[in-house]
Amino acid sequence: MVDLTSSVAAGQGARELQGPRGPKPRKVVTRANVLIYGTLIVVSLYYLLPMWVMVMTSLKGMPEIRVGNIFAPPMEITFEPWVKAWSGACTGLNCDGLSRGFWNSVRITLPSVAVSIAIASVNGYALANWRFKGADAFFTILIFGAFIPYQVMLYPMVIMLREVGLYGSLTGLVIVHTVFGMPILTLLFRNYFTSLPEELFKAARVDGAGFWRIYFRIMLPMSLPIFVVAMILQVTGIWNDFLFGVIYTKPDLYPMTVQLNNIVNSVQGVKEYNVNMAATLLTGLVPLFIYFISGKLFVRGIAAGAVKG
Amino acid sequence: MEPSISIRHLDLSFGAVDVLKDLNLDIGKGEFLVLLGSSGCGKSTLLNCVAGLLDVSDGQIFISGRNVTWEEPSKRGIGMVFQSYALYPQMTVEGNLTFGLKNAGMPRAEIAERVERAARILQIEPLLKRKPAALSGGQRQRVAIGRALVRDVDVFLFDEPLSNLDAKLRTDLRAEIKELHQTLGNTMIYVTHDQIEAMTLADRIAIMRGGLILQLDSPKEIYNRPANKYVAGFIGSPSMNFFEGVVDLGGAPVFSCEAGDFDLSGYEFGAAGPQGGPAWLGIRPEHIAHGPDAAACPVRMEATVRLVEPLGSDTLARVQVGERLLWIRLDGQSSIRPGDTLTIGWHAERANLFDSATENRI
Amino acid sequence: MAASRPNQLFRNKSAKIAAIPMIATALVVFLGGTIWTVAHSFTSSKLLPKWDLVGLTQYERLWGTRRWLISIENLMIYGVCMLVFCFVIGFVLAALMDQKIRFENTFRAIILYPYALSFIVTGLVWQWILNPEFGLQHVIRSLGGNRPPAECEGVGLSLSCWLSGIEFDPLYNPRIAIYGILIAALWQGTGLIMVLMLAGLRGIDQEIWRASRVDGIPAWKTYLFVVIPMMRPVFVTTLVLIGAAIVKVYDLIVAQTGGGPGNATEMPAKYVYDYMFGGQNLGQGFAASTMMLLAVLIVVIPWAFMEFGRKNRG
Repeated sequence: MVDLTSSVAAGQGARELQGPRGPKPRKVVTRANVLIYGTLIVVSLYYLLPMWVMVMTSLKGMPEIRVGNIFAPPMEITFEPWVKAWSGACTGLNCDGLSRGFWNSVRITLPSVAVSIAIASVNGYALANWRFKGADAFFTILIFGAFIPYQVMLYPMVIMLREVGLYGSLTGLVIVHTVFGMPILTLLFRNYFTSLPEELFKAARVDGAGFWRIYFRIMLPMSLPIFVVAMILQVTGIWNDFLFGVIYTKPDLYPMTVQLNNIVNSVQGVKEYNVNMAATLLTGLVPLFIYFISGKLFVRGIAAGAVKG
Repeated sequence: MEPSISIRHLDLSFGAVDVLKDLNLDIGKGEFLVLLGSSGCGKSTLLNCVAGLLDVSDGQIFISGRNVTWEEPSKRGIGMVFQSYALYPQMTVEGNLTFGLKNAGMPRAEIAERVERAARILQIEPLLKRKPAALSGGQRQRVAIGRALVRDVDVFLFDEPLSNLDAKLRTDLRAEIKELHQTLGNTMIYVTHDQIEAMTLADRIAIMRGGLILQLDSPKEIYNRPANKYVAGFIGSPSMNFFEGVVDLGGAPVFSCEAGDFDLSGYEFGAAGPQGGPAWLGIRPEHIAHGPDAAACPVRMEATVRLVEPLGSDTLARVQVGERLLWIRLDGQSSIRPGDTLTIGWHAERANLFDSATENRI
Repeated sequence: MAASRPNQLFRNKSAKIAAIPMIATALVVFLGGTIWTVAHSFTSSKLLPKWDLVGLTQYERLWGTRRWLISIENLMIYGVCMLVFCFVIGFVLAALMDQKIRFENTFRAIILYPYALSFIVTGLVWQWILNPEFGLQHVIRSLGGNRPPAECEGVGLSLSCWLSGIEFDPLYNPRIAIYGILIAALWQGTGLIMVLMLAGLRGIDQEIWRASRVDGIPAWKTYLFVVIPMMRPVFVTTLVLIGAAIVKVYDLIVAQTGGGPGNATEMPAKYVYDYMFGGQNLGQGFAASTMMLLAVLIVVIPWAFMEFGRKNRG
C-alpha cells in the first residue's frame, strides 16, 4: 500500500481522535421509533383481535360465554364446539355440520382451479406470443369484464347453463368459476409470458416447434412461479366464493361458505356462539393455511392481479 | 495546504461484511479526485459515507476542517449529483433547484440570485419552467448539477453521473464537468468505473478494490508507474501484457521467462531498490515498438500476427511470441495481416515489474 | 417466392383454436350477457324473462322504491368512508412499514391475513364481536361494573356510570349499522391497500430519498411534496380497485347483518340478488344491476383511457 498520509502536513495528525468518531450514537428509544412501532403494534392488535376472539370463543362452553368476556381466554378448554361444527351443526335443512360443505368446496375448488388455470395460461400464451388479428380486442373486452359487476351477468349465465343442462350442477359451477376467473388470470399469464425473453420463442419457432410444443416444452417449464401464484389466487378466491355457490348450485352441493352462513345465520334454535366460531374458523383455515405457507408469493399474486389490472 | 476533506481510519461494515477497511484519504482544496474501481469495490460506499448518507462503523470524516462524522448530509457543506439524476419529477426545474433552499428558509431574493447564477453557468435558463420529464438525459443531469450548485458549497460529490447517458453525450458532459471545475474551483469527488472519465477528469485518481485504496496518484503516474499488478491491468485498454518469470540481478539485471531473457538496464526500480526473484513483467500494447523502431530496442523478438482489429485512429493486433499472446497497438494506417511476422521490441524503462507474491511494483 | 401465401384465416390456427374459450367468454358471457341484461331491464319480466318492452318503467319503479334509495344512500356512505379510510390507513401503514423497520414481514403478515379470508368469515366474526349482549359493548360496560341505569340516575360524572351506559351496538342500531359493516370491511381490505402502496413506495428511486437528505428536506416534507405526487399512478389504480370492490359488496352484508336491522345495511348488489333470485321480479333485478354497471363504468372508463390510452398497449 502507498503511504497516503505522507502528504498530510505536520500537526494534522493531532486532530485525529478529536471530536466525533465512528457511528453516530443513536438512541434505540427515539420519539420516531416509539411512534412507528407503537402504531404498528396497536394496529397489529386490532388485526389480530378477531382471530383471537374466534379461537377463544370456539374453545369455550356456552355457559362460560354467557357470563364471561369475549376477549378472555377459556377457563376450561373444550373441543366440543369444533366437533359439533364439523359434524353436527344444523343448517335448517340438515344437521350434519360443515363437513359436507368442506367436501363440496374441495370438489368445487380442485377442478375449478385446474381448468381455469389451464385455459387462462394458454390464453395468456397465445396473447403474448401469437398475437393474431383481433386478439387485443377480445382481451380488452375480457379485462373490462373484470370490472363489470357480476350482477349484470348472473342471470344470462343461469339461462346458458340451464340451456345446456348444467344449471345446479358441479360442472356448471366449475364453468362459472373458469369464466369469471379468466380476466385476471389471463392478464397474469399474458404479462408473465411477455416478460420472458422473446428470443427463446423465436429460436423455438426457427427450430420448427409449433404452438403446443412451444407451450409444453419451453413456456411451461419456465413458468412454475407464476403457476403457483395463479394457484394461490384461485384457491383462495374460489374457496372464499359465496355468490356463485349460492346461485349456481343446489343445497346438497353448497360450498363451505354458504353452508357456514346457513349454520350461523339460521334462525331456529338457540344460538351456539362457540359452535359458530368454530365453524367460521374451520372455513377460514384453508385460505389461511395457503396464505401462511405461500408468504411472498401471495403478496406477488395480489400485487400482480391488482396493480396491473 | 489545509485539506478540504480528510478521512481518518474509516471502517464500514454491513453485518459481517467489511466494505471499507481502515481507509485514510486527504483531498486538497479545489482538487478533483476520482474514485475508480470495478463494481463492489467500495467507491460509491465511500462517497456515501462522505455525504453522510451512510453511517460509518468507525473513523472520522473532516470537511473544510470541521469534524462532520455525525453531521446530517445537509449540514456537511456538500452538494451531490446522482446517477439516476434523482430529480423531483413533479416539480419544475426551478422547483428542483429551489426546494432545498426554500426549506432552509433562505430569503427569496437570494434564492433567485443563486438560481439565476446556476442556470447561467449551466446554460439551463430556457428550461427553468419545464418539468424533468420534458428534458433530455443530458439536460436532466445538468439540472442535477445545478441542484448541487445552488447550495453554494465547497465540495461536490458525483456518483457515476454519466453512466445513464449515451456515449456521445457522455463525452460532451465530461468536458463540461471539467470546465465547471475549472470555473468554480470547488473540491470534487467523482465516482466512476470508466477509466477514460477518470483519466480525463482527475487531478488525482484513487483506484479502489475490496474496500482499500490501491493507489492514489495523478493519472499520468498511475498510467506510467502503476503501484501493483491489479492497477496495471485495470488501467489501459487493451490491458497491459504480462510475462511471468524471474528477475535475475546476478550481472546486469535481466528478466528471464520462457519467451526469452529481457534486458532490464534502464528500468527504474522503486525506492526499495532492485529486488530479484519471481516476478511479473508488464508492458503496455502502445509501448511495444515494431518494424524499424523495434530494431533500436534493447529487447527484441519475432512475433506472428494472429488477429488484426482496425479502429480507425489506430490498429490493435494480437501477436504470438512463443506460446504467449500479446496485444500491440499499431498505427491506424498499418496494413499488416494475420500470418505476417513482425519484429517487436521495447525499452526497459517502459516495462513494469511486479513481485510475484505481493504483486507490488518492484 | 414460389410458395403460395397461406390463407389468412388459417395462419396461427392452433393459437386461434386455443383462444376459443377466451373469445367465447369475452363475446358471449361478458359482452352478450351484459347486453342481454341491459336490454331486458326495459321489459316487464317477472318470474321469467320475457321480451315485452315497457320503456323506463322498471327504472321509475326502482327509483321510487324506498329500499333501493336506502341501498344507494348506504353505498354512498360506505363508499366514501371506505375510500377515505382505506387510502389514509393504507398509505400511513405503508409509510410506517417503509421506515426500514424490524419484523417487517411479521407486521405485514398480520395486517394482510384478513384479506385471505372470505367475506362470510369476516362478516360472521365481526357479527360476534359487535354482538351487544356478549361482544365489545358488553366488555366495555363490564369495565364500568355494568351498573344499571337506575343506579346512575343523578350521580353526575362517574367513570363507571359512563362506561356502563356506553352504547356501541351497530348490529341493533340502524343509525350506525353501516359503520359496523365499515369496520369489518376495513379490517379485511386495508391490508391489500397497504401492500399496493408499499409496492409503490418501494418502486421509488432510492436516490430521490438521498437527494432530499442532501437538500435537508425533512422526511414528512419529502413524503408530502415529492413521494406522494410521484405515487399518483398507484393511487389511481388503487382508487379504481377499491371503487369496483365497493359497488360489488354483497357477501359481507349477507353474513354480518343480512341487510338489517330493518333496511339499515341494504346494498344495491343485495337488492339485485333478492329481486332476481328471491323476489322473482327479474325486471327490477335487471334494472338495478344496470344501474350498478353504469356506476362502475363511470369510474372505470376514464381510468382505462388514462391508463391504456396513453401507452397504447398495457
